[in-house]
Amino acid sequence: MSKERVAVVGIGQTHHQATRGDVSIAGLVREAAVEALDDAGMTWADIDAVVIGKAPDFFEGVMMPELYLADALGAVGKPLLRVHTAGSVGGSTTLVAASLVQARIHRRVLTVAFEKQSESEAMWALTLPIPFSPPLVAGAGGYFAPHIRAYMRRSGAPDHIGVLVALKDRQNALKNPKAHLHEEGITFESVKDSMMLWDPIRYSETCPSSDGACAMVLTDEAGGDAATDPAWMLGGAMRSEPTMAPGRDQVNPLGGRACAADVYAQAGITNPREDIDVAEVYVPFSWYEPMWLENLGFADEGKGWTLVEDGATAMDGDIPWNPSGGVLSSNPIGASGMIRFAEAAMQVRGQAGEHQIDGARVALGHAYGGGSQFFAMWAVGADKPTT
Amino acid sequence: MRDVAVVAFAQSQHVRREPYRNEVELLMPVLHQVKSDVGLDQTQIDFTCSGSTDYLAGSAFSFVSTLDGVGASPPISESHVEMDGAWALYEAWVKIQTGAADTALVYGYGKSSPGSLRDVLSRQLDPYYQAPLWPDSLALAALQARACLDAGVTDVAEMAGIAARSRRAAAANPYAQLQGSDDPEVLLKEPEIAAPLRRHDCPPITDGAAAVILAAGDRARELSEHPAWIRGLDHRVEAHALGVRDLTASVSTRQAAEHAGVGEGPVDVAELHAPFTHQEVLVRRALGLGDGVSVNPSGGPLAGNPLIAAGLIRIGEAASRISRGEAQRAVAHATSGPCLQQNLVCVLEGEG
Repeated sequence: MSKERVAVVGIGQTHHQATRGDVSIAGLVREAAVEALDDAGMTWADIDAVVIGKAPDFFEGVMMPELYLADALGAVGKPLLRVHTAGSVGGSTTLVAASLVQARIHRRVLTVAFEKQSESEAMWALTLPIPFSPPLVAGAGGYFAPHIRAYMRRSGAPDHIGVLVALKDRQNALKNPKAHLHEEGITFESVKDSMMLWDPIRYSETCPSSDGACAMVLTDEAGGDAATDPAWMLGGAMRSEPTMAPGRDQVNPLGGRACAADVYAQAGITNPREDIDVAEVYVPFSWYEPMWLENLGFADEGKGWTLVEDGATAMDGDIPWNPSGGVLSSNPIGASGMIRFAEAAMQVRGQAGEHQIDGARVALGHAYGGGSQFFAMWAVGADKPTT
Repeated sequence: MRDVAVVAFAQSQHVRREPYRNEVELLMPVLHQVKSDVGLDQTQIDFTCSGSTDYLAGSAFSFVSTLDGVGASPPISESHVEMDGAWALYEAWVKIQTGAADTALVYGYGKSSPGSLRDVLSRQLDPYYQAPLWPDSLALAALQARACLDAGVTDVAEMAGIAARSRRAAAANPYAQLQGSDDPEVLLKEPEIAAPLRRHDCPPITDGAAAVILAAGDRARELSEHPAWIRGLDHRVEAHALGVRDLTASVSTRQAAEHAGVGEGPVDVAELHAPFTHQEVLVRRALGLGDGVSVNPSGGPLAGNPLIAAGLIRIGEAASRISRGEAQRAVAHATSGPCLQQNLVCVLEGEG
């Protein structure tokens, strides 16, 4: 039995900000959900089931907040599932919602992801004790900085590569009205001269802490056929591996490679750099662009940084990465993965406005989480898949 | 729909307090048992899905360390819900329905003992209007019980009878936390602890874990001589605010039961996740169960209620009855949220 084809027919996002003090948590998720329903030309009554995702409940101080949000999400009398897979959760949530359609259990599913990080202090919430290690890490940057150092040593990448990525993503964000950071006067020098937070990660090479939500309406093939410019799911996969395991490579994790290989096989992608037109990839610290370029097969091992230096991942390059500005410009953690998935779909729908990549037909959405150990990805296309 | 069955089930010894083992250590023997029961190692399992909640663990990303104990190396296809393990089973069942997996490992675990559970659960409430008042889980259940008594849905004698029956049945369950009971008449002489609830009306606080292995079609027949086939599985949620709900009926259980097809055949056994005695009455009514149905022969949540595992255990217990030939058709139920806000219903059948 083949899977039902899945189409994205509605997409919504909040205006991401440091503090969305103007809305409650329910107001935040509804802002995205209502926009997605409007985009799909649907109402709450058209939705069969709701799948919601977010990162740790401690970020807002609400235990299992989907219970409180059932009314706001129009879920009363319907199935409501809550996914949590660390930073990859926005991607995983989308894939769980898609699986309900693929399995022909539901025809129209609303999927939502959010984080309202202003309710707490995310950096310290992300400061977790590492077993058998002295408690020296502060925030996610403290965890990832040594892995970035390892990448720089292995690849011989020059110091300024991270600055180039941050500059590109923040300049792209100027074209995205929904992005949290709009740094009009940003320059190479201003990024380079910003404060060193976790050597080699500078302040301007670090994702912000945002309030925001994202939502999508997914339908079966008939729903996609009836929609104007749907995005079609070409493949999706999740992979997980332990934080600690002997021989685990945290710079180029096996889980990411395996997840990408699974998605590419489903989508018929043999050469990602050629076959994919645009990618929205989870890059919370600038150096993760060259690292993931290699992990996802866009560059040979040790060569990811040369694509950055050559401008290949810029909006006018041959393989634009994060035209939305990416996680470096908006980071409501629980939603960040879904924003990547949604931005990929927006590109193939021709819906991305000022940050649209002309002629985008195939796009990749990517999310990762934990200690580079949880991966969720999907490929979407403008054309309905034939297989 | 693909035919999917429960082919293995294991649970920990349920205890009031497990002070020496962390969640990973609590879970690992259970995971090893289900895998060895079907002779599979982690690399032979297509999909893994778990349920847990950071608010019981008292730590953000608590499920991440549990994954370290699963053996996810090389990397596995895996997901996690911040819900009872019964919903993790639902996600795994959906995954198998897509055809992307033929086998799945599902687990749920929680230690309710480290914090003040009734206060912790108040953090589930609307954070703007309800949670600041700290209404605890016992008080909310008592509110519902009072509504049920006032409406004539049940009476205190029936509630005491449910408590006594459950804990006596648990005497035959080696994993149960509470076994045996005084007669209902004796129980009713005890004082109320949150009127109209007495101690016997409430579930114990429990630390525990459980795991299930699912398999599809012929794979299930290879792995088990007596698979318990899932014939219907559905879950529904109600509004959150208690003031807009009818607390004397479990509407979402009824909706899930209709979608799961509970009424399409006779039910031999029902394992119900009704933590409070009056809630068993509500869930039985919503499922349309007659007097001939054996309810919670394991003792149910009144004999051991490890939050986040307790719903999954109901499915496992119901499946075990079928695999042992003690029942041909069973219903399992799981709940989440204050006063039965969210409910899942699973219909299981034996071969033939």
